Amino acid sequence: MTAPTLTVPRSRAGFKAQQRRLNATAYGFITPFMVFFITMLVVPILYALYLSLFQSQLIGGQTFVGFANYAQTFTDPKFYEGLGRIGLYLVIQVPIMLALALFFALVIDSGRLKGAKFVRLAIFAPYAIPGVISTLVWGYFYGSNFGLISQLFHAVGLSAPDLLSQKNMLGSMMNISTWEFVGYNMIIIYAALRSIPTELFDAAEMDGAGQWRIAWSVKVPAVRSAIMLCVIFSVIGSFQLFTEPSLLVTLAPTVIDTQYTPTYYAYNLAFTNHETNYAAAIAFSLGIFTAIVSYIVQLTVQRRAERA
Amino acid sequence: MKRNSAIAVGVGVIAAAVLLSGCSSGGGTTASAAMVSQADITKAMNTPTTLTFWTFAPGLTPEIAAFEKKYPKIKVDEVNAGQSAAEYTKLDAALTAGKGAPDVAQLEYSEVPSFTVTNSVVNLAPYGAASLKDQYTPAAWSYGTSGADVWGIPQDFGPMGFIYRNDILAKAGITTAPATWAQFATDAATVKSKTGSYLANFNPTDSPQVLGLIQQAGGIPFSYNGKKTVTVDLESPQVKEVSDYLTKIIQSGNVSVDPGWTDDWFQSVANGRYAGWVVGAWGPDDLSGTAANTSGKWTAAPMPQWTAGQNVGGDWGGSVDSVIKGTSHPIQAYEFIKYLNNDSSSATEMATNPKSLLFPTKTSVLADPAFASQKVAFFGGQETNTTFSDIAKTVPTGFGYLPYMDYATSDYINTVGAAITAKTDIYTAMKKWQNDLVAYGKKQGFTVNAK
Repeated sequence: MTAPTLTVPRSRAGFKAQQRRLNATAYGFITPFMVFFITMLVVPILYALYLSLFQSQLIGGQTFVGFANYAQTFTDPKFYEGLGRIGLYLVIQVPIMLALALFFALVIDSGRLKGAKFVRLAIFAPYAIPGVISTLVWGYFYGSNFGLISQLFHAVGLSAPDLLSQKNMLGSMMNISTWEFVGYNMIIIYAALRSIPTELFDAAEMDGAGQWRIAWSVKVPAVRSAIMLCVIFSVIGSFQLFTEPSLLVTLAPTVIDTQYTPTYYAYNLAFTNHETNYAAAIAFSLGIFTAIVSYIVQLTVQRRAERA
Repeated sequence: MKRNSAIAVGVGVIAAAVLLSGCSSGGGTTASAAMVSQADITKAMNTPTTLTFWTFAPGLTPEIAAFEKKYPKIKVDEVNAGQSAAEYTKLDAALTAGKGAPDVAQLEYSEVPSFTVTNSVVNLAPYGAASLKDQYTPAAWSYGTSGADVWGIPQDFGPMGFIYRNDILAKAGITTAPATWAQFATDAATVKSKTGSYLANFNPTDSPQVLGLIQQAGGIPFSYNGKKTVTVDLESPQVKEVSDYLTKIIQSGNVSVDPGWTDDWFQSVANGRYAGWVVGAWGPDDLSGTAANTSGKWTAAPMPQWTAGQNVGGDWGGSVDSVIKGTSHPIQAYEFIKYLNNDSSSATEMATNPKSLLFPTKTSVLADPAFASQKVAFFGGQETNTTFSDIAKTVPTGFGYLPYMDYATSDYINTVGAAITAKTDIYTAMKKWQNDLVAYGKKQGFTVNAK
């Protein structure tokens, strides 16, 4: 391959020609990505959009119904039930998880922790375990009669809480995803912390700031954009909540109903109810909804950052 | 980036939705075809052919080998495409895509209407299947037929009995199985107070179990005429009788309502939290692994009766083998499932080979001493095949399923199952289930008779 950036253009025309060559090279590089992006993302999206405009019946076949499926989505209490649950999940689980991630990242970064490398790995390890496996494992822990947690309670003579009951299920799910993703977010924040120039800390120390003060007034503002990234990832992740309900449903089949989360609802509509078209409309609406919420979160935080 | 990721969220689900486009073809009407002649059959069976057979029944290798030996030109490719729902999802997808569907597939009785409504199975009457009728248990045969049409040959059957831990019941002073459901409730109280065990567990997701009880009581909640009309009747006196009974016994706390088939549930069976199980003939096979330590302590009995002195059964589980529309080898496919499920050595092998142990549908096998007189170690040497064979003869016919059983089963969990877990009134939940099933049927374009 030639290295066109090293040649110095002699004229305006030459510059343009070089620019074209550069562009062609760039397109060459992104072509493999674009092929996958279009075939694996754009085409399915368009196909889902197409599907969502039809209705198919066992008797009567497929008919074009325009936006009727969307009208149904926005008046479907089952859709809102799932969405409401996600909202609750979002406002409780995301702050707890990110606070923990930030805390661990600061602790490890402080350099005052013995075996920091081990701790870092230990906290990150759950992320490396596939979600399916971790949910299954937690499912064993939660089992109401012979689960590990109940057994521990019984061993000390206490009655065990039913972690899979209607009341506790969402909390049990939050616990699984916090355990799983706290390490991932910690690593992002930790990496950002490592890139802060150490002169800042020295200056702060000279000004008489203690470690807590440095953490709060220097480190945290410096990694704001990393935290922001974590927030957006977590918001999107929350809307995707699917693995947990789809696996824990075998343990608590009547607690996790078909509309427990919007994605799980869409799955059930498509695979159990054979209402593929409606499922596509739900999925599409959810995608748009997620985009809006992510955008609002982004905007709010940015404004606050500008004011600060 | 955020926007792309957000869209990606939708896409994951959409992709899932897209992969599976449900059944969309129109209502199945049966073309009356001429009978296939013996010459056609002979010719077909001498034409080199490979059949694909989707089944989740284990251990059918010897029967398939015997078929291939008898018809050397025909090869059968046995594929396990997943248990029940997993297989149906794949089958739906393959049928919609128009390729990749097998020549023959195992379908549970409850699923047959869901595939006839989409015109996805071949009517076997023109191939001579109707003449086999008298060789099968009437109830088992009925599930694969509608009117004169034959949609599948029965492969196995699940007559329901009550299996219990005789050691636990003996501790409570009970030496015989309860003869009536009233007695069952009394025994449940005794067993609970004397041993701490539950006489039975009613898993809130097992709709076939409750449907089996309704069948035993004489109720016919579902029927489908094979065309556009379905009947949903979950408010009959029989449904009310069963529902009220279940409400009462569940609220008494003498039976448990734990979710089934979980690790917790298997452990509960193994360590005696449950003293019994109302289940199809296949039930014990599911326990022989995890509850091996309890082997020999079990006894099998017919289900308790709703009316003292009667002898009525119910069924839970069982399946047919069907020839799938679009196959290029319907004659060979039919001859294969006929051999598998009708040839006496093949049918006996399926019932007695420890690797398959499918409960037979053919009456000659039920009577065969090689099957009937088997002493089963799990039941301490009891000849349980005879017990279940006797029950099989008492299962009422006329019971049927809806052409949208997937939805019905899933919605059962949301309605009746939820009531079982919450220990609230089950008949109220049945009415809710009824309303949902009527609404769904109408939405799918059926004419719904709601009684």
